[in-house]
Amino acid sequence: MNKSRKTANVIITIILAFLSLIFIGPILMVLMNSFKGKLFISSEPFKFPTFKQQDLGEAGIMPKTFVGTKNYVSGVEKTNFWGAFGRSVFITVFSVLLIVVLTSMTAWFITRAKNHYASVLYYLFVFLMVIPFQMVMYSMTKIADVLHLDNPVGILVLYLGFGAGMSVFMFSGFVKGIPTDIEEAAIIDGCNPLQCFFKVVFPIMKPTSITVAILNTMWIWNDYLMPYLVMGKDYPTIPVAIQYLQGGYGSIDMGAMMAVLILAIIPIIIFYALCQRQIIEGVVAGAVKG
Amino acid sequence: MQKVLRKYWAIFTLPTVICFAIAFLIPFITGLGLSFSNFTTVTDAKFVGFVNYKKAFSGDSDFLPSLGRTVLFTIICMVLINLFGFILALLLTRKMRGTSFFRTIFFMPNLIGGIVLGYVWQLILNGILMKYNQTLTTKGSYGIIGLIILMCWQMTGYMMVIYIAALQNINPDMIEAAEIDGASSWQTLIHIKIPTIMPAITICTFLTLTNSFRLFDQNLALTNGAPGNDSALVALDIYKTFYGTTGYAGVGQAEAVIFTIILAVIAVIQLHATRRKEVES
Repeated sequence: MNKSRKTANVIITIILAFLSLIFIGPILMVLMNSFKGKLFISSEPFKFPTFKQQDLGEAGIMPKTFVGTKNYVSGVEKTNFWGAFGRSVFITVFSVLLIVVLTSMTAWFITRAKNHYASVLYYLFVFLMVIPFQMVMYSMTKIADVLHLDNPVGILVLYLGFGAGMSVFMFSGFVKGIPTDIEEAAIIDGCNPLQCFFKVVFPIMKPTSITVAILNTMWIWNDYLMPYLVMGKDYPTIPVAIQYLQGGYGSIDMGAMMAVLILAIIPIIIFYALCQRQIIEGVVAGAVKG
Repeated sequence: MQKVLRKYWAIFTLPTVICFAIAFLIPFITGLGLSFSNFTTVTDAKFVGFVNYKKAFSGDSDFLPSLGRTVLFTIICMVLINLFGFILALLLTRKMRGTSFFRTIFFMPNLIGGIVLGYVWQLILNGILMKYNQTLTTKGSYGIIGLIILMCWQMTGYMMVIYIAALQNINPDMIEAAEIDGASSWQTLIHIKIPTIMPAITICTFLTLTNSFRLFDQNLALTNGAPGNDSALVALDIYKTFYGTTGYAGVGQAEAVIFTIILAVIAVIQLHATRRKEVES
């Protein structure tokens, strides 16, 4: 029994190791191709870069396909990558901060105030979670134009508004589960609701805040359509910059594309390596409560 | 406390509510109105009744074909992703080394955005198809199959972590008792594990359902609907109707309304499914 279990574990580990290759493989392929000359990427995507030129006899000479960091230089230049990177960081960080602080306040009010205003709001936020972006994208873009929200600061308003649904829902789910005693004691001791919220409630909410922050970071960092429609060419974020690299008709610079894809993936891998446990726990919590 | 708190309503709710109104509520109501109008900008809209809806369902519109494709795509993704995710979860909840390492690897694709993933897989799939002198855009079905592969690769890890959490929550006494009674591992799976994690199965089913149904970024980056509009799912088709042809924004908006209604119906079914499970358990 014990022996057969061990054999089974070895076989399963081998299968899982093979599957891991399938899961990382595509990223490694892009990494490998990002060091090849742009003409050799589409034609031979599965070949390693060559470091010496080959004499193919009558077919001529096959030049070496390794180009060093040339693709990275041209990719960064063509997409103005660091600008896009800075913009993505700015928008993600500040949207998430605003969402966590403001929607947790709203959720606490909604759950504790228990009046008509609160319940109408609650159902509106739940309703928002169901609506696809396509439903509002046209009018939202026009309104954003009129209100001059078509820049990295203005779009924070839209992310807060559109992210409010899921975030309010998750925070209220948490607030419903905590007893009111401590809050009431704080009010009796002379705290006003604002002090009570930030000194007593907000610290207790920390696990939910982390979940909300992670889910919103994953959404906003990778979001394409909203920043594209609202800010377009003027202020591209990373996904928008990548799409513009493809956008031009005719020949697309595959070398620059591969390099930019890798540059876009690196920050995500670092983020994942740093908060892997919180990310996976957050995703599970979000799925179970959402 | 309620009385004191209600006086503070503005501080607690107004910032969120104003942004919510700008980003969602006003655009939603305007959008609903525009679906019954003919317009090139919001200000020159003229009421035309159900004309846009008729156009959306007419024979020369791509809306119904893309909706059909999306339904098929969604069903396949739902089945495959949940199956793979569950099998991986079963393997990774065994007592053996390296499970957390594998879990980390399998979950990783979820963090990468749809646009990036679309181009990553465009390289891989075109590289494979090249051996047969084809590309992803030779046939519409290639693009859809490519998207299914991409979605399985991306979302299997997501479902896997939810299934792992559910499997780890099963009371080990139950499984031990079954083993003592002589149940095979297959019987334990069918009669104990699967019934116990039914709520997780419901959650994952709806999660894959809505995510596949709403899919946009991956579709845009992988094929952008080519050839023609043959590999466009409904979200991309709506986008193209909006911005592709002048004068068709109203039709796009009407299609978006129908899309919204379908998703709302799915959400109501989901609510009932999860509520019923809660009552039972």
